[in-house]
Amino acid sequence: MGFFQRFRQQKSNLGWLLFAVSTALLLSIPVATVLYSVILPTSDIWSHLRSTVLADYALNSLVLAVGVCIGTSLIGISTAWLCSAYSFPGRKLFSWTLLLPLAFPPYIIAYTYTGMLDFAGPVQSVMRSLFGWEYGDYWFPEIRSIAGAIIMISLVLYPYVYLLLRTAFSEQSSSLREASHMFGVGPYKTLFTIILPMARPALVAGLTLVVMETLADYGTVHYFGVPTFTTGILRTWFGLGDLIAATQQASLLLLCVFAVILAERYSRKVAHYQNPAKIQKSWRYPLSGAKAVAAIVICSLPVLLGFIVPALQLGAWTLRTAPEIIDRSFFTLIFNTVQLAVIVTLIIVTASAVLAYGKRVGTHFSIPYTVNLSAMGYAVPGVIIAVGVLLPFAWLDHALDGWLQRNLGISSGLILTGTLASLAFAHVVRFMAIGLNSVDASLAKIHRSIDDAAQLLGCKTFERFANIHLPMIRGGILTAALLVFVEVTKELPATLVLRPFDFNTLAVRTYELASDERLADASSSALLIVAISVLPILMLNRSIIKSGVIHGAQT
Amino acid sequence: MKIRILPGVQLTLGVCLCLSGALLGAAEVNVYSARKENLIKPLLLRFEEQTDIRVNLITGKADALLQRIVSEGDHSPADVLITTDAGRLYRAQQSQVLQPVDSQILKESVPRQYRDPNGYWYALSLRVRPIMYAADRIRPEELSTYEALGEPLWKQKICVRSSNNIYNQSLVASLLAHLGQEDTLRWTERLVGNFARPPQGGDRDQIRAVAAGQCGLAIANSYYLGKMLTSKDPAQRQAAEKVKVFWPNQEGRGVHVNISGGAVAKYSKNRTSAIKLLEFLASDDAQQWYAETNFEYPVKPGIRPSKMLESWGKFKADSLNLHRLGELNANAVMIMDRARWK
Repeated sequence: MGFFQRFRQQKSNLGWLLFAVSTALLLSIPVATVLYSVILPTSDIWSHLRSTVLADYALNSLVLAVGVCIGTSLIGISTAWLCSAYSFPGRKLFSWTLLLPLAFPPYIIAYTYTGMLDFAGPVQSVMRSLFGWEYGDYWFPEIRSIAGAIIMISLVLYPYVYLLLRTAFSEQSSSLREASHMFGVGPYKTLFTIILPMARPALVAGLTLVVMETLADYGTVHYFGVPTFTTGILRTWFGLGDLIAATQQASLLLLCVFAVILAERYSRKVAHYQNPAKIQKSWRYPLSGAKAVAAIVICSLPVLLGFIVPALQLGAWTLRTAPEIIDRSFFTLIFNTVQLAVIVTLIIVTASAVLAYGKRVGTHFSIPYTVNLSAMGYAVPGVIIAVGVLLPFAWLDHALDGWLQRNLGISSGLILTGTLASLAFAHVVRFMAIGLNSVDASLAKIHRSIDDAAQLLGCKTFERFANIHLPMIRGGILTAALLVFVEVTKELPATLVLRPFDFNTLAVRTYELASDERLADASSSALLIVAISVLPILMLNRSIIKSGVIHGAQT
Repeated sequence: MKIRILPGVQLTLGVCLCLSGALLGAAEVNVYSARKENLIKPLLLRFEEQTDIRVNLITGKADALLQRIVSEGDHSPADVLITTDAGRLYRAQQSQVLQPVDSQILKESVPRQYRDPNGYWYALSLRVRPIMYAADRIRPEELSTYEALGEPLWKQKICVRSSNNIYNQSLVASLLAHLGQEDTLRWTERLVGNFARPPQGGDRDQIRAVAAGQCGLAIANSYYLGKMLTSKDPAQRQAAEKVKVFWPNQEGRGVHVNISGGAVAKYSKNRTSAIKLLEFLASDDAQQWYAETNFEYPVKPGIRPSKMLESWGKFKADSLNLHRLGELNANAVMIMDRARWK
């Protein structure tokens, strides 16, 4: 493409690009506020941290992130592959029940399992009374440990990997599997040499979400007594009373995440992942006998451990405590939770489409970076995001008020701080990555030749998006919307700090009771979070199957 | 026609509502509370009934609420800040978001060591952190002081939660105030050496671990034991019944206490109502409520603690002025870092 042509193309996209870049910059404000702390002078707390706990934080965070990656990959890849490539009894049932653990916030599943499995819990107590054991007479795995945390977090986050891979597998032509089968290549070799390498963007997108969410997790590691970067950040702030050092610690965490993402981008720079046209019929390896049983076991374990067992336990607790706990205020809680989730979902979906498409039409090298910066909030603990929102918003409020008072003699007070607007904004920043990743991934699957053809036919940027891309990425957008909805329903720390007066959500209620170790009392609201999240998850599954049909591939 | 009238009616109604609110000057007070909703709301409702002052509430972590007040600056809607420890009140005062309150009622209700010397904050309840022991395995004669928990006798015997917890930070801060830097570090290291397991869970978890036999002693706030003893869950009750309270340092300075307390925000627009609320929270009624419902000790002298609290016996409390806990908190955290108290 000649220079002139390129310039003209750039110019025709200018409006869209300006809009995308300004949205991205707006969304980057909280993260930028956090990163800004890096250039502030460091206090002597840093030398204390370095000489005592920093190495532990880094090591534990690394072990946790790697462990959860392995855990979610093992579960996610195996189940996605089984459900896409094999036919066995119950496959259809598993293909959607495998998504259910997503409804559990990690801290709730951690509380639930601890209640069941720790030394003083029912399982070990029964063992002790059955065999007459006492402490030290027997070995039982310690749930509240880093291994326990890895298992808990993996159990509720693997659906990200599973979901994105299953979608990718179903969008791959099944003729690949068929051809490979005809050449006598076994299913394992097919998976590792053909299918998985081709689905790498999906796997990476899933694992990126998993890693970011893991690093931002506070509830689980805090309860398990595993010192990580995140608990360290809050310890520096709350315990040492040094917010600047705490945000500097958060920046360090962010820079690490950024480095990992860049390294991954660079490593697959050369490869392209656009799928050729698909063939109508889907072909699966048939399974029977012992192999079918094995497939059923592999698929049912994650559902059992990640959803059914904890849900039953919560249900049992709820039955005992509900009459006392559930009152009229519960409806307000549900309304607030859903209201916030709907607002945030709408904003994120729109912004994701604008940004992801901006990345596609923008040729300048800086655009992808700007866009990705707006998604960094996912790796930042919610409470730090809250600070990143609070500081600039309060500044803006004061600046506006000062200006109005000087020039018009009126006071506007606080317009943004402490309102639903700042709360929603914080959520948008925190969960932007989910929307963006999913819309981005589905846009990437549309071959560029389509854009070029449309452009040759004189289609303007907006027309191309509205008439061509938007209908093709509907599935991706719906996925984004449903995932965001579920995440907002579960979100806690930012809500705690930023909410308006008397604005409680289910997560806030759950946390207040659970952190007071009133787990049984917290179960009603916890179960409601799960119940509210299940519906979008089921819709999610349907939408993916449907979009698969639209694309001509049956799942 | 109907369609045209409806919005008009709505608008008029809305304007009327707004005006009536403004004209009546319905008094209100905005509370930022680190005390959880279910542990403050019942009292606030009672206050609303008695005074016709409307109370708006947000709850959250104390430091985050404090940061919000700081950012909001002179427009902050906050009138009252309620925390569950003295250190945070001290920090709020240092951040210059509080104003001194000179109330005769508060001064008479709250003893000197439980309020700021200049009236910036007042304690509203006492939270005591004694030693708890397994009644069937540990003889109370073996116990004496916090300091003695560092002795080899207690190797592998002690359960306590993470040092991220403010109650542990305050405990170490109180030792810093009494013993100084060197001795406190040495004690903390020895204590960590005596842990039966890496710190995990909350205070109730420590009590449960004592009951189940994983450790012989726990350091935990007494009201948690009270809540377990009255729990609807039979397992919690059974566990709590196996555990007894020991008041340490009774020959010396007394058992470590912390407070929950309140303060009036510097830029409060409802100062009178805010002070009224604090006075209400220090009143006999409210003080009794803390003792009956949450098993905390009343801060006001002469209020009879609940039956449960009486059954644990009388104790001598550390008379250290609590703003010292705030001053020494960061130092305490550093010592716990150095002693590898997770």
